[in-house]
Amino acid sequence: MKAFSYVSAADVPAALRAISTEPNAKFIGGGTNLVDLMREEIERPDTIIDITRLPLSGIEELPGGGVRIGAMVRNSHLAADRLIRMRYPMLSQAVLTGASAQLRNMATVGGNLLQRTRCLYFYDGAAACNKREPGRGCDAIGGFTRNHAILGASGACVATHPSDMCVALAALDATVVAESVRGVRRIPMTEFHLLPGGTPDVETALAPDELITAVELPEIPVAATSAYRKVRDRASYAFALVSVAAALETSDGAVSAVRLALGGVAAKPWRAHLAEQVLLGAPATEESFQRAAAAELAPAVAQSQNAFKIELARRTIVATLRRLLTDGSAA
Amino acid sequence: MTQAPVHSRPLPTTAERSVGKPIDRVDGRAKTTGAARYSAEYPYPDIAHAALVHAAVSRGRITGIDDAAASAVPGVLAVITHLNAPAMKPPPPVSLMNLSTLASGTTVNYLNTDEVHWDGQPVAVVVAETLEAAQQAASLVGVTYDELPAAFDFAAEEKNAKPQKSDLVQSGGARKGDAEAALAAAPVSVDLRYTTPPHNHNALEPHATTAAWDGDRLTVHEGTQNISWMRDNLALKFGVPAGNVRVISPYVGGAFGGKTMIWAGTILTVLAARVTGRPVRLMLTREGVYRTVGGRTPSTQRVALGAERDGRLTALIHTSVTRLGRVGGGPEQVTSQSRHLYDAENILVQQNLVKLDLLSNTVMRAPGESIGTFALETAVDELAYELGLDPIELRMRNEPERNPIDGKRFAHRMLREAYARGAERFGWADRTPEPGSMRDGRWLVGMGVASAYHPSWQFAANVTVRLSADGTVVVRCGFHEMGMGGATAQAQIAADALGVPFEAVRVEYGDSTLPTGPGAGGSGQTASVAASLLSACDKLKRSVLALARRSRESPLRGQRLSGVEARDGGLYRADRSGSGSGSGSGSGSGETYTAILTRAGRNSVEAKVGSDTRVGAIAGQVRFMSKLMLDRRRWVKAASGAQFCEVRVDPDTGEVRVSRWVGVFDVGTVINAKTTAGQLRGGIVMGIGMALSEETLVDPRNGRIMNPSLAEYHVPVHADVPPIDVSCLDEPDPTMPLGLIGVGEVSITGAAAAIANAVHHATGRRVRDLPITLDRLL
Amino acid sequence: MGRQPVVEVRMRVNGVMESLDLEPRVSLLDALRERLGLTGTKKGCNQGACGACTVLVDGERINSCLALAVQYDGREITTIEGLGDGERAHPLQSAFVRNDGFQCGYCTSGQICSAIGMLAEHGAGAPSAATEHLSADTIELSDAEIRERMSGNLCRCGAYNGIVGAIREVAAAVPGEIGRDVMEAAR
Repeated sequence: MKAFSYVSAADVPAALRAISTEPNAKFIGGGTNLVDLMREEIERPDTIIDITRLPLSGIEELPGGGVRIGAMVRNSHLAADRLIRMRYPMLSQAVLTGASAQLRNMATVGGNLLQRTRCLYFYDGAAACNKREPGRGCDAIGGFTRNHAILGASGACVATHPSDMCVALAALDATVVAESVRGVRRIPMTEFHLLPGGTPDVETALAPDELITAVELPEIPVAATSAYRKVRDRASYAFALVSVAAALETSDGAVSAVRLALGGVAAKPWRAHLAEQVLLGAPATEESFQRAAAAELAPAVAQSQNAFKIELARRTIVATLRRLLTDGSAA
Repeated sequence: MTQAPVHSRPLPTTAERSVGKPIDRVDGRAKTTGAARYSAEYPYPDIAHAALVHAAVSRGRITGIDDAAASAVPGVLAVITHLNAPAMKPPPPVSLMNLSTLASGTTVNYLNTDEVHWDGQPVAVVVAETLEAAQQAASLVGVTYDELPAAFDFAAEEKNAKPQKSDLVQSGGARKGDAEAALAAAPVSVDLRYTTPPHNHNALEPHATTAAWDGDRLTVHEGTQNISWMRDNLALKFGVPAGNVRVISPYVGGAFGGKTMIWAGTILTVLAARVTGRPVRLMLTREGVYRTVGGRTPSTQRVALGAERDGRLTALIHTSVTRLGRVGGGPEQVTSQSRHLYDAENILVQQNLVKLDLLSNTVMRAPGESIGTFALETAVDELAYELGLDPIELRMRNEPERNPIDGKRFAHRMLREAYARGAERFGWADRTPEPGSMRDGRWLVGMGVASAYHPSWQFAANVTVRLSADGTVVVRCGFHEMGMGGATAQAQIAADALGVPFEAVRVEYGDSTLPTGPGAGGSGQTASVAASLLSACDKLKRSVLALARRSRESPLRGQRLSGVEARDGGLYRADRSGSGSGSGSGSGSGETYTAILTRAGRNSVEAKVGSDTRVGAIAGQVRFMSKLMLDRRRWVKAASGAQFCEVRVDPDTGEVRVSRWVGVFDVGTVINAKTTAGQLRGGIVMGIGMALSEETLVDPRNGRIMNPSLAEYHVPVHADVPPIDVSCLDEPDPTMPLGLIGVGEVSITGAAAAIANAVHHATGRRVRDLPITLDRLL
Repeated sequence: MGRQPVVEVRMRVNGVMESLDLEPRVSLLDALRERLGLTGTKKGCNQGACGACTVLVDGERINSCLALAVQYDGREITTIEGLGDGERAHPLQSAFVRNDGFQCGYCTSGQICSAIGMLAEHGAGAPSAATEHLSADTIELSDAEIRERMSGNLCRCGAYNGIVGAIREVAAAVPGEIGRDVMEAAR
């Protein structure tokens, strides 16, 4: 890890001033991803600005019925929050399936949004990676691609976004609140992360000098009947091969409301709009679930080793919806 | 009440015995309070820190090194490369007269050559005042190479494998009858191909070395499985007498074979300390462990079985291909268990090897049998389904009376008993054999069995035992404690042999200044030390008795050792005349050690087995080897067991969860019921990892390990491991000291097969390629 | 590339106020091990993938390898050396010995600190991925719950059964108590 200087910000304006004046600076929250990447020489900031002391650790109800989650709320506190557990159980579950309890005690909501991929070739300085070094190529293509994308990939990059929390946020129509010296900006969650295209090094819509201050969830009654299902290579403490965040409500045997998003399949948490369109108003049956999954995965393209993920995603979507239908949860 | 049983050798009464009891580990407090010091934790006031630079090509020559940026990092003391490193002796050729020559992990003379032999080979070591500066500087060393053609793709190269030649230690192949012809003629047969991937040990403690020179004397703190090999090897490498090198290794943070050989990190730390004149510490990064410490070879295996319709085996064929590094590594005895488990009329086993431009492979928990039993025991299950026979019944119909391949006698064989007890504990009778026939809610349930088998080994061990006049005992032997509970077990054995309380015994180990112990490998350490310890205790008792016999006042006057038993902290007449049936200290039938030593004016009495002089060591080695060879000609000795497991498979996603486990093992006499159970469970846990998730990913395009990390190499976590019921038959092996057989490795064998068989039972899918990840079940 | 500025970091470690001059890149783990000589906390992977470095910060368990020490200025750190009461071991430490919840001992400090943090989390009503009903007011600490909640601590020796046994035993003996002392000391 290269040497760097350290600044601790006492309030949001101080943090914004620091990021706009210090060259090559980065915010640090829990550090669970950034410190690892700095040790690997993948992130090389000259200055880090500690934002863990900013007063952004609250979870509060919004007047309109939604919930505002401060960017410095730690993952464990978010998952344990009563409001979240009752109204948005998929979010609680998603967070709880991520990493380990120790890491969740450190990691912040804002930091989780900015997690970087676990692509083996991104992590290995000896490998070619367009995300690390634009234009150098991508050794993942034709390599070990078990954890790689089946949707939205490009010839430049096939990496996936590793967050579980973000999958639930995408399903829940969350909004990311970002501030800079220029003012406040509200970015819809589904537009926050970017597909790689020709610039896989640009991963989010956040400007380099912007600070995430909060995530807002709208009131979504269907979210009370929701679940997060994560499929991975061991029972716990592993990144998702495929995950599904789903909320389902039926009325007279037909789907009256639905939210669906996939994780582990793309460079961004994948909101399954196509599947939702198929489902809305359709009979709440296995057959509809199958049709919806097929519609969403129709454009899926496999890498050399991950064709199974298309099938796995299909099955996990159907199984999660089926269990929501019968049990009201996916446990 | 009947009379007390007569023992052939004096043993204490059951109430006093330590052996067999579930005694807490003697190092429990140190390990649970953080007081136990591992090799990177010895304070030296002027310690410097090292970091390695790894090659990123599989084969080539270094054409240039740019160390300017690295040297400019504040605090950097040295950037050592092949351009400026002092000469070291190259690794010595292997000689059976000096077993430490086996210890070189590779044949590369690090930093004394511009040649690169594998992706990850260290090409520089940076030394700095702080850990942070050393690691930063290491990342700034620029190295350029002329790349040379290299072969590293096991799947592509295995066709070039050559038959393994047999040597003194290992047999590359064997045959009985004409197995191929018998297979062709068999009314029922299977002929199958299995593969297993490379594995890494992943001991939680990364390899760490603290090295300090004082003139030409060297002290090394290192968690190792072979202190004397490391001492001798380093002495040779750095051109100093072995007596000048001290290796200190009281705690080893896990090893599993990975700390048997001497790898680059150790050598380069010692080198760095010599170059800088400072004590130097290097703890490998987790990635560094993968890049510089060998792992388990991948394998491709063929198992073909031919049987009569009643299940009697007529043909058993097991062949394997494994890899070696072109710069080192050894063959794995993949077909070992296939020579001993089934009474087939015709047997053919053959191991084949291919050399690749990769880091040497090395031993890892049950090398050979762990992956060999996966193939054999899955194939037997497959044959059972072909025959419509219960897989346990098929095994019992082929359970041999004598060793199948050569007719030798078994020292001890209790697989029938293990299966009988296991089936009962597990509830095997409740299993319906049809695949996919058992469910629990949405989960598919499967039950599988497999045999476990691991040969037992014994090595030379020098031991001294000192008995003090206060009745306390010190056992000294340079053996190794990586978590097996060796010190606890040897204290129990010494306590019983001398008839003193367990608490009166202290065991010293893990230091090359102690009498040379055996290496920790082959599950042989406990038996090896026990054999010498028992002899030493006999000698000691003889000396003490001699003191007593000389005294007119002693009730032992005129007694022979055969008529005396050690108990209650002293020696007593075995016939117990005049003392009734209870323990009778002070009853006139004998006396305490304290009484005997005090009267004789002795503070202590010491007994010694083996010699650490140069000549003594060679003589001892030769004596031991010839005894071992003779013994092996006469007997087939092994630990064995029956593994039962239950899995649940998610019918939608193919996720496999192990939900129940019963293992019944024949490991001879159990010395410590608690630590034995722990060791056996540990092997099963590693077997669960091998079955379901573990795989080292070597990129076939360039030979580079791509998941050198505990995040991406999936060892089992808490949530993967169900309650594991282990039990031991606890019948002594008559040919082993105290009847004990090692327990360190047997329980990983058969584990992966039991899981694969259970997965088949749950799903109807046969997975013949490990690991059984969910994609193979979709 | 000049010499890096050093930052003063003050932390209470096991009840003792410590003041350290550290480069900002020094991890809490390295500060404990290399600067304070508290080597009971272990380095297993240095990347947040094994849990051997688990310590308690203000009573909550974290991976000290991914923590920059400078970020923990002013906090209360408890390591394995700070558990127990002088000569008397913490109940979990003795339970680990009784239940043989370790072999090589290298993951043990992390397992024990993690277990203390875990029991406090459970006592405070926090759910886990194994919790069936998120809406439930109390969550029974079943073996499945213990296993999921402890999954951030690898044990390559495979002493998991013993570890779960030790935790179960202590949790049953003093429900809700373990970890409270550390939490209270932290306040």
